[in-house]
Amino acid sequence: MNATWLILKRELGAYVRSPLGSVIIAVSLLVDGIFFYTQSLSERLLSGEALQRFFYNASGVTTVAALVLSFRLIAEERQTKTFTLLNTSPVSDREIVLGKFFSAFCMVALLTLLSVYMPLMLFVNGKVSVGHILVGYLGLLLIGAAATAIGLFASALTRYQVLAAIVGAVIIGVMFVFWMLAKVADPPISDFVAAMSFHHVNFQPFQFGILELRGVAYYVAVTYFFLLAATKVLEARRWR
Amino acid sequence: MIFIKDLYKYYGTRRAVGPLSVEIGKGEIVGLLGLNGAGKTTTLRILACDLLPSAGSVTVDGLDVSLEPEKVRAKIGYLPDTPPVYDEMKVGRFLRFAAELRGASRTALNRLVGEALEQTALTEVEDTPISALSHGYRQRVGIAQAVVHQPKLVVLDEPSSGLDPVQIKDMRRLVRGIGGERTVIVSSHNLPEISEMCDRLLVIGDGQIVAAGTESELVSRWMSGLTLEVTARCKDGSDAERVASELRAVPGVTRVDAQRAKEAGARIASFSVGAERDVRAELASSIVAAGHELLGLGRSERELENVFARLAKGVGLAQNAPLTDGSVNDSEAA
Repeated sequence: MNATWLILKRELGAYVRSPLGSVIIAVSLLVDGIFFYTQSLSERLLSGEALQRFFYNASGVTTVAALVLSFRLIAEERQTKTFTLLNTSPVSDREIVLGKFFSAFCMVALLTLLSVYMPLMLFVNGKVSVGHILVGYLGLLLIGAAATAIGLFASALTRYQVLAAIVGAVIIGVMFVFWMLAKVADPPISDFVAAMSFHHVNFQPFQFGILELRGVAYYVAVTYFFLLAATKVLEARRWR
Repeated sequence: MIFIKDLYKYYGTRRAVGPLSVEIGKGEIVGLLGLNGAGKTTTLRILACDLLPSAGSVTVDGLDVSLEPEKVRAKIGYLPDTPPVYDEMKVGRFLRFAAELRGASRTALNRLVGEALEQTALTEVEDTPISALSHGYRQRVGIAQAVVHQPKLVVLDEPSSGLDPVQIKDMRRLVRGIGGERTVIVSSHNLPEISEMCDRLLVIGDGQIVAAGTESELVSRWMSGLTLEVTARCKDGSDAERVASELRAVPGVTRVDAQRAKEAGARIASFSVGAERDVRAELASSIVAAGHELLGLGRSERELENVFARLAKGVGLAQNAPLTDGSVNDSEAA
């Protein structure tokens, strides 16, 4: 676990020392803000509805930001050949993957939490449930964690960052449109496909401030699966 | 310290290494010499647990690299062909990170980093970002990260690559300094770079050890005769042609080739002399007796280079068995 902490610290240091982290956070907040202003504040909506729209848009922004933060994590190190340092140190592949994951997730969590001023603005002229905000943010963190794990897995597959970004986007995109497939499939396949949807079925309850165990379990499972897959990819690479 | 037995590594269906068997003792500085694509880097990556072997066994300090890679990695410091350094970090901070990653205790951290900085002459750039360093300094940082945790085995893959002559000289001194208690393996495709810093040379060709031994052992075993270089000032009324014919008359000399003079000056001539045995004394006597002035006489610097070129390309191996000394037993492979 010490190695995970070391890798996490180094990665966070790299975000601080390069403009990458601050640029991604700034752009995410800008886009969040534009969505919030145009879709939640510019119309006469109930507070709960405005909040629901905010979480809907923020989930998309968080997913994209998580992918941008994570697709470079391993691919870049392979490209610059610094990954050899980790690979030849007494560190397990699991510790490498966890260190990388938590570093990107910390950034995702930071940019998510920095957007909290937007829902808080609704308190000025509206009536908002604190529970709704907390559940919505839990959903954003969970979907951010899942997207980060997918990006990290894509990053472990190739040394080319652009390719990693494309692979990560394709995985998320396919999982995103599962709900469409569910519409045209027959039960029980449609139920299964709908349950696997990255956003639709699993994120909607968070949007509305409803904490459902199914959604939590889904995002935790997706995160775990892709982190495990990334670890196995690293292990397999040693045999190549 | 290192036992490699019947090692094979395949990339897909292509054999990169194997069969390869070798033993390397504690405290040895061994040079792994081979042309590009001979299998040096793959062998070193397996030793450093960066890659796993396709077949065969590799043990480092009694630990199998396939079964206990994490324990092996704690005993190894590895510099790949490109130094694995993070550009955005400062030298001192990076070495601290590398040491901690290799399991150095917090109490010993400052001492270890200080010693590594001193050993690699990096103290003055401790607070400099790595991105601001020249190629030579980056290479030194690469070596510093390989030795900062004081490993038992240091593996350096072409550490002199891209360095200028002065830096290469410094690198030789540095590698020699790393040795002592530690075992050091250095790879190169450039013979002069490596022969001076190593106790023993392993010549690798087509993924197999084709020869092993000290520089003189390799030369005596693989050179058919000696090549000597002679420089003399011809006496008045004489010329290079006449000196050459006098040299040819010395018993044991097989050929004499005139070369461009190694020194500037009137009537100075240089020769490359092929001989069946060491005839330096006879050559010296002959030149002096004929009234010429002997300015230089020694073994050719290119002697070992020629041996290496022949071995690496496999020229003449079929006619010369056994291929290796007692510590290497893959002669059947060649």
